[in-house]
Amino acid sequence: MPSEALVEIRDVNFAYGHRPILKGMNLTFPKNKVIAIMGGSGCGKTTLLRLIGGSIKPTSGYVKIGGQVIHELDHAGLYAMRRKMGMLFQFGALFTDMSVYDNVAFQMREHTSLPEEIIHDLVMMKLHAVGLRGTHNLMPAELSGGMARRVALARTVALDPMLIMYDEPFAGLDPISLTVVGNLIKRLNDALGATSIVVTHDVQESLKIVDYLYFVAEGVIIAEGTPDEIRASDKPFVQQFVNGEMDGPVPFHYPGGDYQQDLKLKHTERVKFNKRKVTVRHFGPDRRQKK
Amino acid sequence: MTTAITKYLVGIGRTVMNALWRIGIGTRFLSLILLNSGISFSRFHLTVRELFFSGVMSLIIILVAGMFVGMVLGLQGYETLKRYGSESALGSLVALSLVRELGPVLAALLFASRAGSAMTAEIGLMKVTEQISAMEMMAINPIARVVAPRFWAGVFAVPLLAAMFSVMGVFGGYLVGVVLIGVDEGSFWSQMQSNVDFQHDVLNGVFKSCVFGAVVTVIALFEGYDAPPTAEGVSGATTRTVVESSLAILILDFILTALML
Repeated sequence: MPSEALVEIRDVNFAYGHRPILKGMNLTFPKNKVIAIMGGSGCGKTTLLRLIGGSIKPTSGYVKIGGQVIHELDHAGLYAMRRKMGMLFQFGALFTDMSVYDNVAFQMREHTSLPEEIIHDLVMMKLHAVGLRGTHNLMPAELSGGMARRVALARTVALDPMLIMYDEPFAGLDPISLTVVGNLIKRLNDALGATSIVVTHDVQESLKIVDYLYFVAEGVIIAEGTPDEIRASDKPFVQQFVNGEMDGPVPFHYPGGDYQQDLKLKHTERVKFNKRKVTVRHFGPDRRQKK
Repeated sequence: MTTAITKYLVGIGRTVMNALWRIGIGTRFLSLILLNSGISFSRFHLTVRELFFSGVMSLIIILVAGMFVGMVLGLQGYETLKRYGSESALGSLVALSLVRELGPVLAALLFASRAGSAMTAEIGLMKVTEQISAMEMMAINPIARVVAPRFWAGVFAVPLLAAMFSVMGVFGGYLVGVVLIGVDEGSFWSQMQSNVDFQHDVLNGVFKSCVFGAVVTVIALFEGYDAPPTAEGVSGATTRTVVESSLAILILDFILTALML
């Protein structure tokens, strides 16, 4: 990726308490590109977005945005940086006590002193860009999931951010909405000249719209490349993920104890035998509880 | 045996530490609200909007409750005063009971049940649906934009609601005492006028209401903001709001009354 980097993540480690989530991560997000971070549930994708947004601090390493280390910024500096960012949350996170219009106008009213007529025009343009100009009087509860996501997208780009983050933008969408949202992400990024980071596990849709992909598993980057490189990759993890196979390096089962023990199919017992205590191991269902 | 006692003592210690910890965090939360209160006054329409939802929308329950409490006071007061031949003091009894104690306390309890629980649920659900996180990511401080206007709305609303409660209570006492039972109207009002002191009775009641308003609202907002982002978490927080607010009102009422006498 030859373009100049907008976001750099270097040697980042992060843990929730004693549970490590990210282990020595290195990622680069160049300007004017759409980059996907992919991986199974709980692999640390959303944690990466939270680190970039400055909601959490890395245990070690740093996240740089536009040359500034994000966790070294003070409160005012962080808020100034966030004004240049937009984030689309998984379920939109629209303000439920405001209409669609007010949701999109929210940041404009909070951060600018634009007159209401100009805000009106800008809101209509943003809603038109996502194809929902006609919904401006509706409340979020009156929208479908896909429409709410598009309104949230209009709100995310309300102030033309330089960095747009998407947290699972395709989750729970029907095929048409999914394609619409995917195209919007690409089109808006090109129109705004922004950088987009898409956290998702929808491989097929991502491969259509992104310029570069990172695969994350167990807190480390295990594969990266352009969509063509990913499609051609023979790495077992990538193959399993891209083709949605059950068997492969990504385990289906969360680590747990002995299955037979959990089903109480065998158990041990201390009993007296010839005036001594000995351990007896039983096979078959444990019937002691029925007594 | 020793282990059981140790476990019991550890349990008590943990409960006390947890309670102290929460009081500490709650106090820090209150100081954050006060530090970020500028927007609540510079953009006063935000506070007025919350005043409408927590104050105006609570008006019906306050007025109805006040009326019936006053009517009960009228009945009970008349029955007691009649034994001493002091029926004419009914107006004073009703007014003093309401202005000093029942107005501030019952209005605050009703406010905690109706508006406080709603505030907790609203803020808790905003957390669940990531609206609070979205606001933070938009570089908008949710304490200043969402919490502080609600806090000041509560501080303003409770004294006003307590006043309305007392007015309706006096009206209820009048209906029962004068209209229904036949106590002399002139003595009802004149006794009330001569025995209710503005500073000692009315202002003390207003001060109590302001304290109750601040405490109930900060408990409601803190519980909502601190609620785990799950359905169970929000429901638990709403329950805690009502329980903690009610206890806080009654305990503070005793302390304030003792200090003001």
